[in-house]
Amino acid sequence: MSDATEIATPRASVFAGLRLTWTAVLAGSVLLFWLILALFGPWIAPHGEAEIISGTTFAPIGEGGLLGTDKLGRDVFSRLIYGVRTTLLLALITTVISFAFGVTLGFAAAILKGWFDIVVSRIVEAFMAFPSTLLALVVIGAFGTSITVLVLTVGLVLSTSVFRVSRALGYDIGVMDFVEAARARGEGTWWILTREILPNSMAPLIAEFGLRFTFSILFLSGLSFLGLGVQEPAADWGLMVQENVGGLFLGSSAALIPAACIASLTVSMNLLVDWFQQRQQGETVLEKIDQ
Amino acid sequence: MYRIILTRLAQGLLTLLLASIIIFGATEILPGDVAEAILGQSRTEEALATLREEMGLNRPAIVRYFDWLGGMLQGDLGTSLATKRPVADMIESRMWNTLRLALLAAAISVPLSLALGLWSAIRAGGRVDKTLAMTTLALIAVPEFFIGLILMKVFAVELKWLSASANTRPYFDFWQNFRALALPVATLSFAVIAHMMRMTRSSVINIFTSPYLEMAALKGLPKRRLVVRHALPNALSPILTVIALNLSYMVSGVIIVETVFGVPGLTRLLVDGVTLRDIPLIQACAMIFGAVYILLNLLADVLSIMANPRLRYPK
Repeated sequence: MSDATEIATPRASVFAGLRLTWTAVLAGSVLLFWLILALFGPWIAPHGEAEIISGTTFAPIGEGGLLGTDKLGRDVFSRLIYGVRTTLLLALITTVISFAFGVTLGFAAAILKGWFDIVVSRIVEAFMAFPSTLLALVVIGAFGTSITVLVLTVGLVLSTSVFRVSRALGYDIGVMDFVEAARARGEGTWWILTREILPNSMAPLIAEFGLRFTFSILFLSGLSFLGLGVQEPAADWGLMVQENVGGLFLGSSAALIPAACIASLTVSMNLLVDWFQQRQQGETVLEKIDQ
Repeated sequence: MYRIILTRLAQGLLTLLLASIIIFGATEILPGDVAEAILGQSRTEEALATLREEMGLNRPAIVRYFDWLGGMLQGDLGTSLATKRPVADMIESRMWNTLRLALLAAAISVPLSLALGLWSAIRAGGRVDKTLAMTTLALIAVPEFFIGLILMKVFAVELKWLSASANTRPYFDFWQNFRALALPVATLSFAVIAHMMRMTRSSVINIFTSPYLEMAALKGLPKRRLVVRHALPNALSPILTVIALNLSYMVSGVIIVETVFGVPGLTRLLVDGVTLRDIPLIQACAMIFGAVYILLNLLADVLSIMANPRLRYPK
């Protein structure tokens, strides 16, 4: 029987309980801003994603569109708004994929132990002994650039780190007294996994999700910047940087703006994860692994 | 000690072999083969069959794998599909550019980040430490191309102090080389320094807070002796690992930097290879980078074993 008595927390102190810092508030607001743009983008953007609005290419800020035009005379502002969707959505999908693989295999390895653990751990080690960008390049070189290949590759590459974290968590929590107690009273593996291990590993997993999400944005935008990620005419921030690099010498900021937007997204995410980890206090398993 | 080092070397070799299988495997499981890629849309069945025969593609994958691996070991990296030139020649002319970039960045970032890391570890919790922690936390998350483009915009486009193209010529004098290389080296260093500094800080703090150092301090040992004789030998192995980890991190950083500044280097070759789906070129480049990465990690492990006697005895 599970008799973890729940202590009711007063609702009023919810914000005080968060122990917000100014960096966390700032980072949260930036993320919220982009999220709202991603959700309502098409209603906000003055022009279409691939619509050419001006004959002048690389028009400076204020002329043509609100933020100027890009190398084909498209509205940078509109593409930026459409781009946040692509950027966030792809990062979310890849992170979810990496968690689906990583957490499942990691917990399975920690619970089943034995040969399963050895085999999976060795395979993951082999993949980790290899720079992840390189791995992604090889796979994309073999399969060509399509969104499916991109998302699956990056998702799988990221899952190696998720696997390590969840395996370590599974091992750490699996030997704790309350899990022993659950085993002793005859609970099954599934029950132990979902009712004992998973709830107790939530905080580090959330932090890991944030970190992988950040990494995924960086990874995907890096690939797009190399011309190997999202392809035209779709609007993606990494791709926008790549398209408009040439304009830098003509005084255009069409490449700098999306690059700054990516940075705002990833830096905010990183600060938020840091705040979350600090709030959890003390050393998390994540930090133990990193060392 | 030698036995442990030898075991580690053998492990490294095994990893290298696994890496080669991953690279070869990843480029093999695709539907269709190199012959189809060469002939493209206009292929006929006969042409396809002849080309496959010529290239030995009819043989089973295992045979081709060992053939490829054997060639690699003898310095035969195959022939590029796009240029029809030997891959080894193409790589040779590019290698120096990448190596120079990485070595210069390492020469700047390693001492700088170790010094900064030590500084903030000694002043842990102080204002310097907090500022550095916040700055590096943000820097880690900034994409390399953003740093590169900002530096380019400020120093090459606006101020015109430095060159935006890292394409150097043999007749360049010192100043011209400096102007060309300053920005890519700075960009690459930025990315690595943030990581390396944080890792140095945490591993040094780890040691400074360990009970044996507290004991030594309580014994009344002079601070100098405390740091040099007691802390440093134990700090050395994590620091070496930090350095190797970050140098291997450069492998991916350099890909972006070479693209931003148009460095005709090895990673540019790889990215072009991926764009053109030039499989032999991809395989060779990936194998070289993989080998460098694995060797650096191996070197860190071996050096740590030599620096720290505790690691010589397996648990």
